[in-house]
Amino acid sequence: MDLYQEIILEHSKRPLHAGLREPFNVQVHHVNPTCGDEVTLRVQLSGEGRSAVVADVSYDATGCSISTAATSVLADEVIGHSVKDALTSFAAMRKMLTSKGADPGDEEEIGDGVAFAGVSKYPARVKCALLGWMAFTDALTQAGVDISATSTSSSAPSASSTTITTDTATSSIMEDS
Amino acid sequence: MNLMSDAAVGDAFTTQESVAIRGDFAILSRTVRGGKPLVYLDSGATSQKPQQMLDAERAFYEQHNAAVHRGAHQLAEEATDAYEGARETVARFIGAQSREVVFTKNATEALNLVAYSFSNAAAAGAMDGVDPALAARFALGVGDEIVITEMEHHSNLIPWQELARRTGATLRWIGVTDDGRLDLGDLDTVITDRTKVVAFTHVSNVLGTINPVAAIVDRARAVGALTVLDACQSVPHLAVDVVDLGVDFVAFSGHKMFGPLGIGVLWGRYDLLDTMPPFLTGGSMIKEVRMEGSTFADPPQRFEAGVPMAAQAVGLAAACDYLSALGMARVGAHEHALTEALLAGLAQRPWVRVIGPADNKDRSSVVAFVVDGIHPHDVGQILDDAGVAVRVGHHCAWPLHRRMNVTATTRASFAAYNTVAEVDALLTALDRVPVVFGTVV
Repeated sequence: MDLYQEIILEHSKRPLHAGLREPFNVQVHHVNPTCGDEVTLRVQLSGEGRSAVVADVSYDATGCSISTAATSVLADEVIGHSVKDALTSFAAMRKMLTSKGADPGDEEEIGDGVAFAGVSKYPARVKCALLGWMAFTDALTQAGVDISATSTSSSAPSASSTTITTDTATSSIMEDS
Repeated sequence: MNLMSDAAVGDAFTTQESVAIRGDFAILSRTVRGGKPLVYLDSGATSQKPQQMLDAERAFYEQHNAAVHRGAHQLAEEATDAYEGARETVARFIGAQSREVVFTKNATEALNLVAYSFSNAAAAGAMDGVDPALAARFALGVGDEIVITEMEHHSNLIPWQELARRTGATLRWIGVTDDGRLDLGDLDTVITDRTKVVAFTHVSNVLGTINPVAAIVDRARAVGALTVLDACQSVPHLAVDVVDLGVDFVAFSGHKMFGPLGIGVLWGRYDLLDTMPPFLTGGSMIKEVRMEGSTFADPPQRFEAGVPMAAQAVGLAAACDYLSALGMARVGAHEHALTEALLAGLAQRPWVRVIGPADNKDRSSVVAFVVDGIHPHDVGQILDDAGVAVRVGHHCAWPLHRRMNVTATTRASFAAYNTVAEVDALLTALDRVPVVFGTVV
């Protein structure tokens, strides 16, 4: 089983940048309706638009190892980087996760995120890995960043059973009965 | 399946019998995740299907297929006979009269049918010609109350929430104790003269708790409230006689009891069904249609708009026959023994906590649990890697999970085809969980 890479287990046990901090521009709350996992996530930007810098991402999450570790990696990847770079990472992460095992991921673009390549073989878990990212991109939208370019330029290379759009995060994710 | 005849009514299946039963379910011999034998412990979500049921459905399509209740040709007659014959079989299986059995898409639709009857009854003219005393039972508005329980599946929760919203009635509920039983201590203050309907589950799809139907029915009757029982997790596993239960309506699904997907059942006392306005309207459910307005057929046809799912009804009847041949007492005893084995195995693992009654009394064969420090999705993934199929999540009972102070659980659920060896397979796979996640050294 190549799902639980050591790096994922490490991030899930000791998530980086965890906890809710001040100051922040926007706070969002996202829920995975299948399992009830939740994340409250805050974003602090400095500057305007896509050239703004992500000054901080702080969060309080309840979730499985995959979603906890993914949010940890997300925070570590985007803090201190421009919104533009963060969105590039998101696009690359989503492309890999929805590739059904075809895309191993680019460490240049997503850093520790490549450890999640195995998740793409388990369609039911893709939404776990994307929960934090959905919250993050929603927070950017609410902070006034136009992320539409990212949504359209990074569709999955092959048809995926999990359709993810950035503006309907929880409702577009596979629902439980 | 050819069961040995010397076993007693209340015995679990013998090894030989289990082999015979499993032989009827082709899917149980397949492998998953790189050649591992499938250990299917998710029958609470949906059961697997025996050859006999599949054969019956196929024979219907190959030999009798036609639109039921339409046409004068021979196939139409045969299809109608098959459909109505299936209704009789299903009725017999639950101790009912066939005219009280309504086929629906699933149990969710059956429960919505009842819930919508209340709000539809409020429309002008909907209850014309109905005995005012009976019509009054469906009149719901501000000041009236609907009672459910905190352990309901969303399908027996949201329809009542929405009914309350549409009518202005108030939704109340019976709470759940820490050990996963209904808290009947304040039953008399929750079910009162204001209560018009009490909807509750026979068996919790998470906790496995078998609820004390009689106590709730007695109280509901005393205040003149109607009762609706969600029997999705009882009819497939226990001998259920709807008349003995004393409730007014019972809903269950076909696919959890070896039957096909796409069919559910609403049973209702005939005098009540006869009073109720239709839920879905269209073809088949009418008496007379004019451009100015229409009248409706008697039950059960009144509630079966459109060409019905005859093949699924035939399949469900075959599933009932299959379960009857096994004997529901033996099915119940067998699953009770599996539950006993699982509870005992889990009790030996201090890092596992069962959510629901820890003892095996008044308990059905679903067992939900949490593993210390490890999310159920991760538990399920490790089990899946060993070929063990369980369900993880909140099992469509989110408020119940909140009540039990857990986000989600891992749930194993049994059917007649499961074995003690599969319980062992689950426990063995479970032992890998804390190792993989490093929670024990």
